[in-house]
Parts: sequence; C-alpha cells; structure tokens
Amino acid sequence: MGLDCMMRRLQQVGRLLPLFAVLALMLTGCSSDPYLSALTPKGPAAEMQLFMMKLSLYVMLFVFAVVVAIFAYVLVRYRKRKGDNSIPEQVEGNHKLEIIWTVIPFLLLIVIAVPMVSTTFTLAKDYSQDKEAVKVKVTAHQFWWEFDYPEAKIKTAQELYIPVGKKVWLELTSADVIHSFWVPGIAGKIDTNPGMKNTMWLEASEEGVFQGKCAELCGASHALMDFKVKVVSQEEFDAWVAKMSKEKPESTTDGADTALAAEGEKIFQQSCVSCHAIDGNGGKIGPDLSNYSERQTVAGFLRNDPTHTGDEAVRTENLKKNLHKWLSNPEEVKPGNLMKIGQLKPEEVDALTEYLSNLKRQ
Amino acid sequence: MAQHAARPRNTGLKDWLTTVDHKKIGILYLVAGGFFFLLGGIEAVLMRLQLMYPESNLFVGATFNELLTMHGTTMIFLAAMPIIFALMNAIVPLQIGARDVAFPFVNSLGFWLFFFGGTLLNLSWFLGGAPDAGWTAYPPLSGTTYSSTHGVSFYVLGLQIAGLGTLIGGINFLVTIINMRAPGMTFMRMPLFTWSAFITSALILFAFPAITVGLVLLMFDRIFGANFFEVANGGNVVLWQHLFWIFGHPEVYILILPAFGIISEVVATFSKKRLFGYSAMVFATIVIGFLGFMVWAHHMFTVGMGPVANALFSIATMLIAVPTGIKIFNWLLTMWGGQIRFTTANLFAVGFIPTFVIGGMTGVMLAVAPADFQYHDSYFVVAHFHYVIVGGMAFGLFSGCYYWWPKMFGKMLNETIGKWNFWLFFIGFHLTFFPQHFLGLTGMPRRVYTYMAGQGWEMGNMISTIGALVMTLGTAVFLWNAFVTSRKAEKAPADPWDARTLEWAIPSPAPEYNFAQTPRVRGLDALWVEKMAGNKGMTPAEPLGPIHMPSPSILPFLMSVGFFIAGFGFIYHQTIVSVVGLLVVFYGMFARSLFDDHGFHIEVDEIKETEKGVKL
Ligand code: HEC
Ligand SMILES: [Cu+2]
Repeated sequence: MGLDCMMRRLQQVGRLLPLFAVLALMLTGCSSDPYLSALTPKGPAAEMQLFMMKLSLYVMLFVFAVVVAIFAYVLVRYRKRKGDNSIPEQVEGNHKLEIIWTVIPFLLLIVIAVPMVSTTFTLAKDYSQDKEAVKVKVTAHQFWWEFDYPEAKIKTAQELYIPVGKKVWLELTSADVIHSFWVPGIAGKIDTNPGMKNTMWLEASEEGVFQGKCAELCGASHALMDFKVKVVSQEEFDAWVAKMSKEKPESTTDGADTALAAEGEKIFQQSCVSCHAIDGNGGKIGPDLSNYSERQTVAGFLRNDPTHTGDEAVRTENLKKNLHKWLSNPEEVKPGNLMKIGQLKPEEVDALTEYLSNLKRQ
Repeated sequence: MAQHAARPRNTGLKDWLTTVDHKKIGILYLVAGGFFFLLGGIEAVLMRLQLMYPESNLFVGATFNELLTMHGTTMIFLAAMPIIFALMNAIVPLQIGARDVAFPFVNSLGFWLFFFGGTLLNLSWFLGGAPDAGWTAYPPLSGTTYSSTHGVSFYVLGLQIAGLGTLIGGINFLVTIINMRAPGMTFMRMPLFTWSAFITSALILFAFPAITVGLVLLMFDRIFGANFFEVANGGNVVLWQHLFWIFGHPEVYILILPAFGIISEVVATFSKKRLFGYSAMVFATIVIGFLGFMVWAHHMFTVGMGPVANALFSIATMLIAVPTGIKIFNWLLTMWGGQIRFTTANLFAVGFIPTFVIGGMTGVMLAVAPADFQYHDSYFVVAHFHYVIVGGMAFGLFSGCYYWWPKMFGKMLNETIGKWNFWLFFIGFHLTFFPQHFLGLTGMPRRVYTYMAGQGWEMGNMISTIGALVMTLGTAVFLWNAFVTSRKAEKAPADPWDARTLEWAIPSPAPEYNFAQTPRVRGLDALWVEKMAGNKGMTPAEPLGPIHMPSPSILPFLMSVGFFIAGFGFIYHQTIVSVVGLLVVFYGMFARSLFDDHGFHIEVDEIKETEKGVKL
C-alpha cells in the first residue's frame, strides 16, 4: 500500500465522506479503480451527480448528528437506576417541538430539491440536433455491447471510442432483455429496453479507458457484461474513425506467424462469419471483431491490461492468453452466453488466436 | 342454543390443521415464517460465500441467479410478511379487547394459502430449477424466451396463491379493527401497534391487487402464450415494472409500519412513559401509508421516464422523510425523562433507531433522481434496503418476539442469551451491509455472481461475508433461546414487563377466549390507566357468561391443498390436474356455504376454572 496511493484514496473518499474516510479506506482497500468509481468523476454528468450525492449526504449527516446526539444523551441520562421506582411524568407531547421537527426537515428537503430539479433537467438535455455532438447508437445484447456510429458508418463492440471534452449523444436499446448502461466514472446509467429507445449524453473530461458495467440483471452472465469507454484526443478519434470507416477495409495480420494466422483466417471464414464480422458492419449474432488486436478486453470483461500499465507488450500478451481461454471454452468463461459452437481443437484455437490477436486495420 | 355443537377437543396435528384461533394461527405463522426465514438466510449466506473472494466458483451464473431470486422472494413474501402476520394475529385482537378476529375461518384460510403458496414456490428447487429472474421478475427475462425452465412459473403461481392469503388476511384485520374493539376503545385510544396493523392492512388491500394483475399477465404470457410483455408481438416490458412497483413500494411500508408499531410499544413500556406525541404518531403512520402509494416510480428513475416524471417522483419520495422523522423524534422524546430498562426487546428497539436512521438517510439520497443514476442497481441500493428491511423491520420483529413471547407462549425468553442474540446480530448486520455502500459507489453492480480481482472490491466483500456469518450466529442464538425456553418449566406472569396495553391484562399465554369478560377501556394505554387508578386489572364491561366460539375446520387447509394442486396443473400445462385442484377448492367453498356452523360455547364453569390459577 504505497503512500501516494493512500493519499489518493484519502482524497478521493474524503471528498464524499470526510467523516467515514478512515473507515472507508479500510473497507475499499487501496486498489479501487479510479476509472470505475462514481467518487472520482471525470466528466460533467458524473460531477453533477457527485455534487447531488454530497449535498444530500451532508444534509442527512446533519440530521443524523442531531438524532445521535439526542439518542446518546437519552440513553445515558435516563437509564433506570437501581432502586428508583418512581413513576416518570407521563408527557403527552409538545406542540412546539413537534412543529419544529416537522418544519425543519421540510426546509432541509427544499435545499436538496431545488438543485435536484435543475440537475435532472440538465442531465436530460437533448443533443440529438447538435451538429458538434458525436452520435452513437448503443445496442445491448446478452452479454455484450454493440456501438454503432451512424455518421461514420462504423459498428464496433465492447469499446465505445469517444473524443475527450465533446458531447456524445447516445441512443440506447436492447436486442433481447433489459440491460442497463453504466459508466460510473463519467456518467450515471440508463436502462436499455427492448422495443424502446432511451437517450443520454456523455462527456469525458479526461483521456483514459473507463470501465462500463451492465447494471440490470440480464441472465446468467450479467456479472460479466462489462464494456469500456475509451476516451481519446480529438485527433486520435478522427484517425480512428478514418481507419475504421474505410469503404473497403483492409485487415492485415502483420507481425504474426503468417502460416498460423492464415490457417486461423481460414477457420474463421468457415466457422465464425455466420455470427461475427471483421469489416465494421457488425456481426449478425456476435460482436464485430474488426481490429481485434487493439482490444482492451476479450469478451468484454477479461482485461488485457488489468493494471493500467499502458504497456502494449503486456496488453498483447494478455490478449492472446485471454483469447485462448475464451476460444477453448466460451461457456466456462461466460456461462449462458450465446456463442454456441462445438469444442474447437487445440490447434484451431492456436490458429484463431494468432489470427485474431494480430488482426488490425491499416 | 340447541344447534350449537359440543365443545370440540382436538389435539396434536389435528388441532393445528383445523384451528381457527387467532393465537394458534399466529404461532403457525411464526413457525412457518421462521422456517422460510432460515431458508432465505441460508440462501443469503451461500451467496455471500460465493462473493467472499473474486472469481469464485461455488455458485456461478444461473445457479447464483436462482439463489438471489429465491432469497429476495422468500424473505419478503414468505418470511417478513408471515412473521408480521404472526404478531398481528397474536396481539391485535388482544390489544383491542376482542375475542378473535372478525373472520376466524378466513384467517385460517389466509395462513394455509400462504403456506402452500410458499411451499409450491420452494419445491421448484427440486423440480428443474428455481426462478432466476430476480424477485422483481422483470420481463422479458422472466418470459419463456429467456427463462425457459419452469422456475418463473413456480414464482407466478406460488406468489398468486400466497398473495391471495395475504390479501384476505389484510381484509380480515381491517374488519377486525373497525368492528371488534371493546367498549371505550376508540380509534384514538388504540395502541400504536394496532394502528400500524390497521394501516398496513389497508396498504395490503390496495397494493396486492396490483401485483396480482401483474402476475396474472405474466402467467398468461408464460402459460397461455399471451403477449403482454412480448416485445416482438407488441408487448410492453415497462408495464410490468409499473405494476410491480405500484405494489412493491407500498410493500416496503407494509413491512416497516408494523415494525414502527412494535418499536412504539416497546420504547414506551421500557421507558415507563406514555408514547410522546401519540396523535402525531398516528397521523405520521397514515401519511406514510398514503405517500407510500405516490412514489413507486422512484424504483424506475433509469427506465427513461423523462425529467418531469423523475423530478416529481423524486420530490414525492423525499416528502416521506418528514413523517418518518416525526416518528424518530417522538421515540427519542418518549425515552427522554423516562426510566429506560435495557431488556433484549428494548435493545433491539434502541438498536433500531440509529440503524433505521442510516437507512432513511440513504433513502433520501436515493430519492434524488440524478444521483440515483449512479446508485441505481448498484450495491449501494443493496446496502440501503437491507438497512431498512433488516436494520428496520427485522430488528423490530426481534424486538416484538422478545416482548410478546410470554403472551404467545406463556414463557419468557432467556435474557442473557437474548443479549448475545442482539449483539451478534447487530454487529454482524453492520459488518455485512455498511461496506456495501462503498462497493456500490465504487462501481459494483448488484446481482452479480462474481467480480474480477483488481477492481478494489476484495476487502469490502470479505468484510461483508464475515458479517453475514456473524449474523447467522446471532440467528442461531435466537433459535437456541427459543429451544431452551420451551424446555423450562417456569410460567410467565400476565404482565411481566409492567406494560401499558390491554394484552397484558390477561393471563400468559392468553386463554382460548382471551378475555373472560370484555374489558371497558378508559383511556389510551388502557391497562396503565387502571394501574394508576390503583385498580387490579381492567373493569369488565359485561357480566361473566358463556362465551361463543367459532368451530375449528379442516376446510381452509383442504381448499389450500386444492389451490396447491391446481398450481402444479398450471405450471405443467396439465388441465386435468388444474381442474381437480380447483374442484377441491370449490368443494370447500360449497361446504362452507351450505352447511351452517354455529360454533360452540365455553361455559362459565370452565372459564372460572381457567382463570383461577392465573398468575397476575
Ligand atoms: C452462434 C454464433 C457464433 C458463432 C458461430 C461464433 N461466435 Fe463468437 N461470439 C458469439 C457471441 C454471441 C459472442 C458474445 C458472447 C458474450 O460476450 O456474451 C461471441 C464472442 C466472441 C469473441 C469475443 C468478442 C469480444 O468482443 O471480445 C470472440 C473472440 C469470438 N466470439 C470468436 C469466435 C470465433 C473465432 C468463432 C469461430 C470459431 C466464433 N466466435 C463463432 C457468437 C458466435
Ligand atoms: Cu446485461
């Protein structure tokens, strides 16, 4: 537990709960993920939400303090003493007091309610007509996420690329059951309902790879339905769009064991394209696997760079490991998932791993 | 009097199956509810064991979902509700000076319907898998497309049968409280527990039909191929959520109000003081009950209802804090100036106060719609509702059990063991649920069967699991206490706590007819009024005479078995079985309607005999 880690935690938790800081530190440990916590907001929505959390918490802590003070006093002062058999005065009530503790809570609630209403409306603002905003259609599937950029004509899975400091306008729905799109670090959550469309805006104020979670029970692997929001600079975003949205995309597997990768490609064309795509048009049943070599995760939740080293070699190595694990037995990795294929032979797994882990766009 | 039957003397099993005595039905509710509480508790501990370490493999995927679904469903419908009904049955008629509830037969029917509904639901474990779509059973996940085992069908049928029992139980208590009060027991002299039973019953009356409608729609979808929630055929999945929460939110108050009632009784008794601000307490109870129906959509802030609805439901929800605050302060002021005795019953009541206030605090925080975009469906919510349901209601029920045990069973629970029970449960509770607030805020969604290492959730989950084990120990100590107590010979006196209300004016346990002579009530805290006037017990409102009693009947049991069989028929699409089951039900209804039963009398001699040995 490094000192600066301690400090970071203290700062982070202290913002919300100065009172419980020490306790919270013990409870959450020193390793909590700053790209996952609602307590370390990196975007205006999450900041507003944290403000409302703090405001309501402080008001409530005030009430709690009053209650506990009276409570402690009463318990100590009025415990029955040995031998005292007198009968206490049978007080009926006290109108003045009762009015006080009816009116003051009302006033306290108004303190919360006014900013609450304004924040509610700010968070519901419509950016659908905003030319500047990046538009993304989000479709949740059991148990993966599909991101469709209609303007750039790109479909990706599991990773939502967005430019830093820009409004992103999301339209969300589901292909099967209800899921819920949650990125604690930059915004709250909204449900994805089949047959309906929900909307929400996102904005990140810092670059980085943020963790997203499915928050609504959606089946056996609900726990593993993670995704990533990759926040990059505008230039990087533009480059990514240009790369991904080519009319005739060229995927290469440079740097791979060519024979093995070619073998992998063959198998892929035979047994996988019925569900998956590698051309950015979205898979039919499974996630689009274009540019797979750059993925942060396999199957959305097996993290390729779990400790945020930023080291490409680490990420690639883990990508291979995770991919190998996934292809060897998807059902074991993610129970109940819809990649229902027969058992692949070890050499097929090796070939497919080599192929996919080197698959990139030029 | 000629057509009255002779005094029936059933014993053993037959007695329990046929009884219509509210006190025995109360015990049945307590035992059955207690059993389901243990089941739900075991399910909880299994889940906590799975979550103790990241990436565990004890209960994964669908199995874990079955556990979480059955834990929630069992705890709410089959443990909390019945134990509340246990105390209401055991105590409310005594508190208002009645000889029984208004409809003893219906009372028995209500119990057996709950019992067989709950049994049906739990049999799913052995018949191809329990329901796995959460206790909220949101479609389409609960529809046949995504939940193809019979599990959710068991949920739908089991809850309909049990819910029917709850509904008629609620109606019964409404009528009882309106019609059966002793002379002088005006509404504004009723003990707070009776008041809360009254409001809770009213909430049941209005809330349960909503979930019944929802369950019927879901049943039609699952069993008869309807499309209420089938999106592909024009169904709407959000409809279910509204129906569910129009029931589900009042349900929260159905659970907590009786606990408020218990705390009010216990705090007053053990402070030796009248409840501070009685009328405000009654008023607050009514207001909470009313507002409870205005706030259901705060469970749905993230569904996409839009800012107007979210803001309105947000404000309505916050308002509930006001009457709840009134209650807290009134309890504190009841203790103020009193002589507080820390019996186990009172320890639970005293422990309730700060715990429930924390639950209330997070409740107000959750009510803030924009912030709820972060809390919703995270472990923060799990922490919150366990603070109100366990820290609130369960503490209240424990308190009530210790307080009324002598009146129900005629023996006092052991106080030393009781203190162990309290401290283990109290400490275990906070260990379990306090860290969960932080887990939620740092991104852990609820209802997850596992989590990957390295997200900062290891410590919180570990502490939470240890806490759950400590709580389990606390519960085991309670069972031990009940066992030890049942074996001891010493009988409890009529009024062991120097209490204030009518139930303490009669022997412990209460005799079959409750009051040898209906008492005349001369004020709030009827017994206390007499004590202060220097009287030994209540002044009777009638001369001693034979007491008319309802006859025991096997029909409620039989009819519930009929529903149980019919339920199986529906689940497995076996029309014949359903028809046979329903025929049994109809037979019971006809038999009840066609053959008059005039009950029997307990004669004066027997009453005198019973009252003679009473220890006051
Ligand atoms: C029946 C359709 C289907 C077939 C055939 C299929 N998959 Fe999948 N695949 C899926 C689905 C659905 C998922 C998403 C699983 C999840 O995350 O719940 C998936 C996920 C994946 C992933 C992880 C994606 C990610 O975002 O990280 C990889 C890699 C993958 N499949 C590779 C393959 C390969 C290689 C083959 C051929 C051997 C194949 N799949 C065949 C349906 C299919
Ligand atoms: Cu999901």
